[in-house]
Amino acid sequence: MPDVILDLFSNFWVSLVGKVLLVALMIPLIGMVIGFAEMKLSAKMQNRVGPYFAGGRWGWAQLIADGVKFFQKEDLIPTDADRPVFKTAPIWVLVGTVALFVVIPFGPGLIFRDLDVGIFYALAISSLTTIGVLVAGWSSANKYSLMGGLRAAGQMIAYELPLILAVVGSVILAGTMSMNGIVEAQIAAGYPYVIVQFVGFTIFMIAALAELTRIPFDMPIAESELVMGYLTEYSGFRFLFFFLAEFANMFSMSAIAATLFLGGYWLPGLAESQLAYLGPIILMAKVFVLVFIMIWFRWTFPRFRQDQLQSLAWKWLIPLALLNILVTATFKVLF
Amino acid sequence: MADERRTFPGGGMLKGLWVTLDTMFKTIFVPGKHLRTVNYPKVKETPVPRARGVIALDQEACTVCMLCARQCPDWCIYIEGHKEEQPPEKPGGRIKVRATLDRFDIDYALCMYCGICVEVCPFDALFWSPEYEYSEEKMGGMLHDMDRLQGWLKTVPDAPELES
Repeated sequence: MPDVILDLFSNFWVSLVGKVLLVALMIPLIGMVIGFAEMKLSAKMQNRVGPYFAGGRWGWAQLIADGVKFFQKEDLIPTDADRPVFKTAPIWVLVGTVALFVVIPFGPGLIFRDLDVGIFYALAISSLTTIGVLVAGWSSANKYSLMGGLRAAGQMIAYELPLILAVVGSVILAGTMSMNGIVEAQIAAGYPYVIVQFVGFTIFMIAALAELTRIPFDMPIAESELVMGYLTEYSGFRFLFFFLAEFANMFSMSAIAATLFLGGYWLPGLAESQLAYLGPIILMAKVFVLVFIMIWFRWTFPRFRQDQLQSLAWKWLIPLALLNILVTATFKVLF
Repeated sequence: MADERRTFPGGGMLKGLWVTLDTMFKTIFVPGKHLRTVNYPKVKETPVPRARGVIALDQEACTVCMLCARQCPDWCIYIEGHKEEQPPEKPGGRIKVRATLDRFDIDYALCMYCGICVEVCPFDALFWSPEYEYSEEKMGGMLHDMDRLQGWLKTVPDAPELES
């Protein structure tokens, strides 16, 4: 690259704008890719064809057409709704999603900001999404929305704990909270942490599914009992925000899981120089495997009951995660 | 029986996961055998012969008795007619009066396909037809007139043999 452009990008503000634009473009793109994958895969799992006509072949433009449709729709706000809160709720959710992308390492040095407390930041900022959901449910002036919002709050309090506790195992092994540091520790160790942290990985994925409120943990939007939960009153592009945020969150949660447990951008047998440009592709491949598993679960399992959901978190996942920390810490000290 | 099912914890979940994965690969790689849906406007399914698609009308058989219109729970049948005098069969005979249909519309936006009109018709002028492609761009277009209804008559399958 010419020096002029490199100099330009070393300017803080220019690089900031560049990064923000990159993330702003990435999120709709990733959301569309994952959304389309979900449509197609779910169709195949049910002996259907799936979207077929939009865009000619394979219906690749289905999600673009859906997006255009959402923009054409009327932006309805209920009369009794708390208008400013109702309007800002989707933004909370999307901000929580966007902010997660900051600490995902796509390659050695290819990270928006390598924070020392990267994973801590990621887990903290992802609870902004919870606030957005709760606020959406509260401000809609609709009992279904309120029930959905409260269920979401209860669920996210219950599952945030195992999510964080499951991460601790990897952090103990790596000895750092920086996302880049954890990947480098796995490179140094020579194996991805999923081998020694399989329990942690499983708990993390289950808790991540619950955090994303996807089936089998979709109590907050349970269509058969709560209409659409906290999304009931949303339409048009505000609904699109929630929709995008769900798929982008799937991506970022899978990326965090891939970074912590599957070695992130690293693949055994590749040199550091090769990782520089193959890294993003390797990470994407790992992420899409995890995303596929999420989609696969969604179209296989029925929804949990509310009490089963809570007892799974409090009686099984949290004690298991604590035990995992104990064992990991003991081994770390002894060996 | 219960022992047979309980293999090990989570065994049922794995079995369920296998079902969806298996179905997915079969549908992707052997679509001809496993696809249960068709690409509708390009490929069309043949409905079963006695499918209750739309209601067809035989104008010749209709006597404008209005029984169907009166029995219709949705009042979606609109009938108008007039009487026509016909010349007597023999010279000096009585002048015959015959009811002629002017209008026989069914509003398919209202129709709920209950089939009561077909049941009540005393002259076998109404039939179930397996035809299904009659949607329109606007709601008003769903009011199909008697020529359209007559056109569907040729899709009506022949009546089955009477059971002695």
